[in-house]
Amino acid sequence: MTNQPGSTDPSLIRNFSIIAHIDHGKSTLADRMLQLTGVVDERTMRSQYLDRMDIERERGITIKSQAVRLPWMVGENTFTLNMIDTPGHVDFTYEVSRSLAACEGAVLLVDAAQGIEAQTLANLYLALEADLTIIPVLNKIDLPGAYPDKYAEELAHIIGCEVDEVLRVSAKTGDGVEHLLGEIVRQVPAPTGNAKAPMRALIFDSVYDSYRGVVTYVRMVDGQLSHRDRILMMSTKATHEILEVGVISPEPTKSEALGVGEVGYVITGVKDVRQSRVGDTVSIAARPAQEALSGYRHPKPMVYAGIYPIEGTDYPMLREALEKLQLNDAALVFEPETSAALGFGFRVGFLGLLHMEIIRERLDREYDLDIISTAPNVVYRVLMEDGTEHIVMNPSEFPEGKIAEVFEPVVKASVIAPADFVGTLMELCQQRRGTQTGMDYLSADRVELHYLLPLAEIVYDFFDNLKSRTKGYASLDYEDAGEQEADLVKVDILLNSEPVDAFSAIVHQGKAYAYGVDMATRLRKLIPRQQFEVPIQAAIGSRVIARETIRAMRKDVLAKCYGGDITRKRKLLEKQKEGKKRMKMVGRVEVPQEAFVAALATSQTEKK
Amino acid sequence: MATPLSLYIHIPWCRTRCGYCDFTTFELEESRRAETVMPYISALCMEIGRAKVGVEDAEVVTIYFGGGTPTLLRAKDFEKILASVHESFSLSPTVEITTEANPETLSLEYLSDLNKLGINRLSMGMQSAALHVLNTLERVHSPGRVLEAAQWARAAGFKNLSLDLIYGTPGETMEDWEYSLRVALDTDPDHISAYSLTVEQGTPLARRITEGYLDDVDQDDMAEKYLLADEILSAAGLPWYEVSNWARPGFECQHNLQYWHSGQWRGIGVGAHSFDGRSRWWAPRSPAKYVATLNVGESPVLGRELLTEDQKRTERIMLGIRLAEGFESNLLTETELNRAQRFLISGDLLRSGTRLVCTLRGRLIADLIVREILD
Repeated sequence: MTNQPGSTDPSLIRNFSIIAHIDHGKSTLADRMLQLTGVVDERTMRSQYLDRMDIERERGITIKSQAVRLPWMVGENTFTLNMIDTPGHVDFTYEVSRSLAACEGAVLLVDAAQGIEAQTLANLYLALEADLTIIPVLNKIDLPGAYPDKYAEELAHIIGCEVDEVLRVSAKTGDGVEHLLGEIVRQVPAPTGNAKAPMRALIFDSVYDSYRGVVTYVRMVDGQLSHRDRILMMSTKATHEILEVGVISPEPTKSEALGVGEVGYVITGVKDVRQSRVGDTVSIAARPAQEALSGYRHPKPMVYAGIYPIEGTDYPMLREALEKLQLNDAALVFEPETSAALGFGFRVGFLGLLHMEIIRERLDREYDLDIISTAPNVVYRVLMEDGTEHIVMNPSEFPEGKIAEVFEPVVKASVIAPADFVGTLMELCQQRRGTQTGMDYLSADRVELHYLLPLAEIVYDFFDNLKSRTKGYASLDYEDAGEQEADLVKVDILLNSEPVDAFSAIVHQGKAYAYGVDMATRLRKLIPRQQFEVPIQAAIGSRVIARETIRAMRKDVLAKCYGGDITRKRKLLEKQKEGKKRMKMVGRVEVPQEAFVAALATSQTEKK
Repeated sequence: MATPLSLYIHIPWCRTRCGYCDFTTFELEESRRAETVMPYISALCMEIGRAKVGVEDAEVVTIYFGGGTPTLLRAKDFEKILASVHESFSLSPTVEITTEANPETLSLEYLSDLNKLGINRLSMGMQSAALHVLNTLERVHSPGRVLEAAQWARAAGFKNLSLDLIYGTPGETMEDWEYSLRVALDTDPDHISAYSLTVEQGTPLARRITEGYLDDVDQDDMAEKYLLADEILSAAGLPWYEVSNWARPGFECQHNLQYWHSGQWRGIGVGAHSFDGRSRWWAPRSPAKYVATLNVGESPVLGRELLTEDQKRTERIMLGIRLAEGFESNLLTETELNRAQRFLISGDLLRSGTRLVCTLRGRLIADLIVREILD
């Protein structure tokens, strides 16, 4: 057997991924490995080589994973290392789990100046559940603020190894990276699979390319995949002609076939990633496997928000933009919706807050669309006394009438922070209706707190609060943990007695008053005085719980208008008339767009 | 008939700058008067000479010295400037010549000299009679000084005396304001301008408000003070004729009416604007640049705009609505007239023949009315 794709001895293959927090140096480590293994030369090297989208590079995060095939000599043998990059964020847990399922080992990469973060820990647990061999590595040992001894101890404690088994590297200088490559070969088990069995491969990523259509990344389990085969998607039973198979090293390279344990890509004519979903099993139409690989899950939006164009005429462009984004994002869902206050737009479902932020940013940056988005909300299940059930994805759809029970989604959250902050973090989680389920000391001065929290509480500026209470030291991870019954009510905001649908929110009974007062006060400050007095009310059903008043405009005239003032005054008038066109009418009340944007800005989004 | 023309002449110096002021003005160093003021006066005279081009047949109906503090000039400076006006233009026999004045800069003798030069209208910056208000505004004169200066002005032969007042200064009570109005009326003025304090961006006043040293101005308070001013001044025989101006009948400021009637006017000096009925242009704000430009024989024009028909119409409405005589309703389109109905019904506008006029309530929201009505 040679080292060519399709004919590589599985015993010479090592499939691994790197688990790391954003900023802990994963992309830099990947860059060094590309150089050391010779697949990228000095001349073509660029920083963060594998992160394709600008938006990723600027934010320093990797959203879409890729797999790179690296040759590495140990003794007489040339091994094939497949480095499978994993997304590093809480919203993409499922994608991470599929990437890990494609590996036998994982490099746990931790910044020697910062220690492990909650998301890394959560991903480590995923790797342990998947029975992966873990190689603990401290990065950035060259930094002046590094505490390699302290964090080596922490890592050894967490994964149960010896302190001296924790490798130390500097991805920046390349120090220790060669040794790490050797350890990957030595420690990570070779893949196993049945070369004679019907072909099965796991889809661990699926990317839309405007020239080539959907590129599907697969990890071969059994059998062999030839470029002449017709493939079968086992979840949908759809079959597709193969246009190309190949490996990435680090640019796509065509090959004849892929064999047991190999990692590569498949291109079919498919134009939409939803037809080639992460976690699905690929087989061959002519000789299908009996059983799909386990673990496939359909992505479920956890957070919804209304997205509206600021200019009503941009609506068709917004639709087109969302459709294009969906080609590359199987988790993005949307449907048209109408708001009395904001006009025509879409209710969009996201995996989480970062996912939402990425979509909003791409709409702005790639499609140049000015949008307003409503505050994000979670999905509620409402049982009525007459036995009917409503699924509420938009607060304004919250049913009227006799409600028996309301269920909200809850998550298992874990927060890691220096021990000094435990008090303030417990207070925060308490305020957010959390139930503590445990607490672990990772080391003498770092603690991991476990809480069961309503997702709605995390969606509403939890992360900002977490960061400000801990001077930025705390990290957060959470995962779906079902639903719970809760005492929830819908709070409406009325402007001059007209409800403003965009401001309705579903909140816990105990917080309804605070929400009402907060929104009413905000709006009083944001909405300019009108010719008449405008009451702002917050109400639960017909019961008013908070009230503010925008006093009537008494004086709106310039003091002086002499020769030198006339041009300026006329230009101001022209500008104001332009601004008036952008006003939204709520009944008789003129509300500037900016007021909507500012009132809806919740700044709770997790940026880091 | 000759075209009536107004001249505005800008004198950009003050003893000290007041914290609320954003006009083109600089502190005058007495020791450097010769190097700073003399070249500027010469440049003004040159610009006056150039200003007659295209309006040779015009008749100057008003001249207005504004600032700054024009009364920092010596009488002979005024003489020189007025001489060049006479040289270039013919003046109406009833020409109104105003100078703004700071009461601190005046004496009986000085005022007599000015009056003899033909300056027949004096507009004094009084601002307030409350010492703490003057302090907040950073005005240096004492409240009593105005009364004395007004007596000198009368003795010097001024038959047309105006006072400027400011209301709504942070810390000014309703009683302070009423007292200021009473003190102003005690000088027996012919004309009063009362301005709500406008906080201009970038001024020390704006900064002190942002930094929390002063309360922000309050529009409701200003509205109440406006109503009080109108009540007291009207009762004293000075009805309003423009939103911020009240006068004994026959003593309305002819110069300012020229602006509000979209007449022809030329601004002379730094930062001054000119209007010829079609376009407007303005001079640079830097005295050095202004002087240098004229010295090389060029026109000191920093910017210019040519008004479209619709912009001219907009200005006529926006300026006319400020006047007691209002504006011609035929300036409005049919849809605009329909929108104006709302304000007629609400009692903010009145019909006076074919004209539309603000009521007392309407005057307070005149800008809003224009915004709502115009297309």
